[in-house]
Parts: sequence; structure tokens; C-alpha cells
Amino acid sequence: MWTWLHKFASPPHAYRLLGRLAPWFGWPALALILLATWWGLVRAPADYQQGDAFRILYVHAPSAWMSMFIYVVMAVAAGIGLIWRIKLAHAAAAASAAVGASFTFLALATGSIWGKPMWGTWWVWDARLTSELILLFLYFGYMALRASFDDPQRADRASAVLAIVGVINVPIIHYSVEWWTTLHQPASVTKLDKPSIAIEMLYPLFIMIVGFQLYYGWLLCRRLRAEILRRERNATWLKEGL
Amino acid sequence: MDLQSFFNMGGYAEFVWSAYGLTAVVLVANWVAARRREAEELASARRRTQQLKESRT
Amino acid sequence: MRRANISEAAGLVFRRDLTLALRRWDEVTQPLIFYVVVTTLFPLATTPDLAQLRTISGGVVWVAALLSALLALESLFRSDVEDGTMEQWVLSGQPLAWLLLSKVAAHWILTGLPLVLIAPVVGTALGLPFDAWGTLMLSLLLGTAALSVLGGIGAALTVGVRRGSVLLSLLVLPLAMPLLIFGARAVAMQMDGDSPAGPLQLLAAIFFLALSLGPLAMSAAIRISVES
Repeated sequence: MWTWLHKFASPPHAYRLLGRLAPWFGWPALALILLATWWGLVRAPADYQQGDAFRILYVHAPSAWMSMFIYVVMAVAAGIGLIWRIKLAHAAAAASAAVGASFTFLALATGSIWGKPMWGTWWVWDARLTSELILLFLYFGYMALRASFDDPQRADRASAVLAIVGVINVPIIHYSVEWWTTLHQPASVTKLDKPSIAIEMLYPLFIMIVGFQLYYGWLLCRRLRAEILRRERNATWLKEGL
Repeated sequence: MDLQSFFNMGGYAEFVWSAYGLTAVVLVANWVAARRREAEELASARRRTQQLKESRT
Repeated sequence: MRRANISEAAGLVFRRDLTLALRRWDEVTQPLIFYVVVTTLFPLATTPDLAQLRTISGGVVWVAALLSALLALESLFRSDVEDGTMEQWVLSGQPLAWLLLSKVAAHWILTGLPLVLIAPVVGTALGLPFDAWGTLMLSLLLGTAALSVLGGIGAALTVGVRRGSVLLSLLVLPLAMPLLIFGARAVAMQMDGDSPAGPLQLLAAIFFLALSLGPLAMSAAIRISVES
């Protein structure tokens, strides 16, 4: 099994495989995202309490989910790269960072936009939004650390340690922020929770999440290929032509 | 839902549409950035291969 | 010549760091002065009314301690990496995590502990009542110690980086937010008459987690920094 893994992880092999894999992520992603958008905006009924504003859920929640998911993937990939010294894993972590940060930003922005008609202000210090904000800081820290080294190996390994420390901290941060927000309103409903709704209204949510996941897969294929090209610039297989 | 109420979004039009619009922008931006990175690296790799071939002849 | 066992080595590192730091006294006092100055900023920025300041006094003292501790952390590994001492330690065969923990402990005594001891003074200047002193000091004791370990990881990762202190703060502050939440809240609860046991226990839990896993991360980070 390790020979298979190492063969896959070999750059020329991975490069070709990723190129062939990409469309299998890309087209379904596009289809599902469009389907979910139509379903969420048109077909799903309006919410009893929030009216049509609740439709923002269909882009906010999947973004928030992806922001967390990608951070974990990034940390796991970095850990694999650090422990087993697999360059491809480091490349995957590097390739994921900006994508994850952009989803985090989107979660914050859509959450803020959703908050305005619902609670009257552009920002609330509720548990979800505050956690997302701190996650954004974690992403920025990771990217800043990577960028501060010229030596690619040090950049890979140092940022891997940071990612692992970060991912261990994330549950602690979540819990502490949760605790912090419930202090004055012990029985409060978390602000950006899904309104209590029928299961049919959740279908577009699930479809959008799967669509976003597939899209991340596509983005990872493309960005990983770029990373491989950059890291292997002096390798023979590349110099001999693609 | 008719077209009028689709655009109106129950009075929440500017919120729903800016949220979805922003989502579209972020998704497309990721697409553009990923494609561009790959194309840049490919072009630079091709240039190097070309230089190598020229230096050999 | 006999090879030192780990506790001897750790003890040596501890004493050596204390001695060296006492020679560079300004590196120890400057963060402390910064601490007092920062606390002064808040009344200037808001109000001289002690009754109003009282409500945020715990939080302000905590934020000032956090920033001051971060400032002091940048110099934790710098000189030892620069003059090659750290490389010797990595190669020495002694468990690096213990040596680094000794170093962090010495550093904390010089930079973290003074923050704890002076906290009642700056707190009182912000209207903090006497009966909250104990909670304030205990929370800062646990918090600055945990921060020394967390910050030590950050310092180990960013050794030698230009403008490293800004990067260090950027890396460590998000990780330190739980400490801030629990520590400041403990003080506020004490002032409200509630028991601060809950957040203090959580703070202690984070401290013990940092103490057990932190040195491992630090030694990995030091190896990465030194081997490059």
C-alpha cells in the first residue's frame, strides 16, 4: 500500500492524475451549485418568521461549513507532510489556505448581511460570527507565516506546526466564544441558527454544501497542479517537457 | 413565485441579492485565481523547457 | 567528563537564563513599563470616572498583560539562535522539550510574574475593588504562564524573521483569545459577587494542556528554525 501511496505522491503522476480528475469535480460542482441556488431562491417556500431573508442561509451556512472543513483539511495535510515528509501534502495545505480564507470571509459577509434585516445591525458579537472572525485571523496568520520565509522547506514545516497548533485550538476557541456569548442570555437562541423549519427547506442547503465541497475539490486539483509545477521546476521530468 | 416577487424577495431584495451576488463574486474569483495560477506556472515551465532545448542545440 | 542528566541540564539552563536576563535588565523592565502605560491609555481614551472604569478594569488589565507578554516574547529565542547555542542544544541529545521548558519558565519568572504582581496596582487605578485582587492575580498567573508556552511556540516559529514581533502577535493573539475570555470574565464575575470558579478552572485546564503539549510543539518549531 505504501508503494501505491508513494507512487501517487510522485509529482509527475500526481500532476497527470489531478488533471484528469478536475472535470469530475468541476462539472458536478457547477450543476449542484446552480441547482441549489434555483431551489433555494425559487422553489423553497419563504420562512414564517424571516420571510425571504432566510434564503441567505443557503449561502451563509455552506460557506461557514467550508471555512471550517478546509481548515481541518489544511491542518491534516500539513501534519501528513510534516510527519511523513510528503511534499504533495504540504502543497495541498498551501493550496487550500486562500480558498479557505475566502470562504471564511464569505461566511462573515453573508452573516453580516443576514443580520442587518433580522437584528438591525451590520455586526453582532454572536458565537458563530465571532468564531468565524477568529478563524479568519488564524488563516491570515498561517498565510503570513508562509509568506515570511524564502526557504520553501522552512515555510512548509513551520506553517505545518502552526496549522496543527491552530486546529487543536479551534474547539477551545469555539467553546470559549460560545461560553462568552451565553453569559448574559442564558436561554438565548443562537442568532444565526437555522430557523425551525421543515426538512424540505433544508434540501437546497445540503445540495449547496455538496456543490461547494466538489468545487473545493476542483480548486484543489487546479491549485495543486500549479504548486507541483512551481516546486518541481528543476526536476528532470518537467525539464524534459510536459 | 412570479418574476416580480423573485426580484423583490419579500422586501429583503437588497440583502438577499447582495448576499448571493457576493457569493458569486467569491466563487468566480476563486475560479479565476486558480486558473490563472496554473496557466502562469505552465507558461513559465514551458519557457524553461524551451530555453533548455535551445541551449542544447 | 560526565554527561549531565536531564534535570541537571534543565536546571543549568534555568539558572543560566535568569543570570543572563538580569544582566540585560532593560529587556525585563521595558515590557513592564509598557504594561503600565497601556493601562493608562484606557482611562484617557474613555473616562476618568472610576465607577465606569471599574466595569472594564479586569478586561483592560488582561489586555495590557497580554500585549506586554507578547512584546517580551520576541526576545525569548532570538539571541540563542543567533549565536548558535540553540543549535548546540538540538545536537546535544538532551530532550529538547525540557530544555526549552526551562527556558520558558525562566522567561516567565522575569516577564510574566511581574505582570501578575503589579496587576492589583494597575487594577486599583482602574477602580478594581480589593476583593477582586485574588481572582485577578490567579487568573493572570495561569494566563501568563499558558501564554508563555503558546507564545514560545510562536517565537520558535518566527525566529529570525524580519518584523518578527508583529508576525508573532498575529499568530499568537487568536490562540490567546480563550485565555482572555476566561481570565477577564473570572474577574468580572468576582466583582459581580458570583463565584469565578468556573472560568478559573477552564483557565487552569488550558494551562495544563499548554504545559503538556506546548514544549513538544516548541521543540519541533525550534528544530525547523535551526535546521533551515
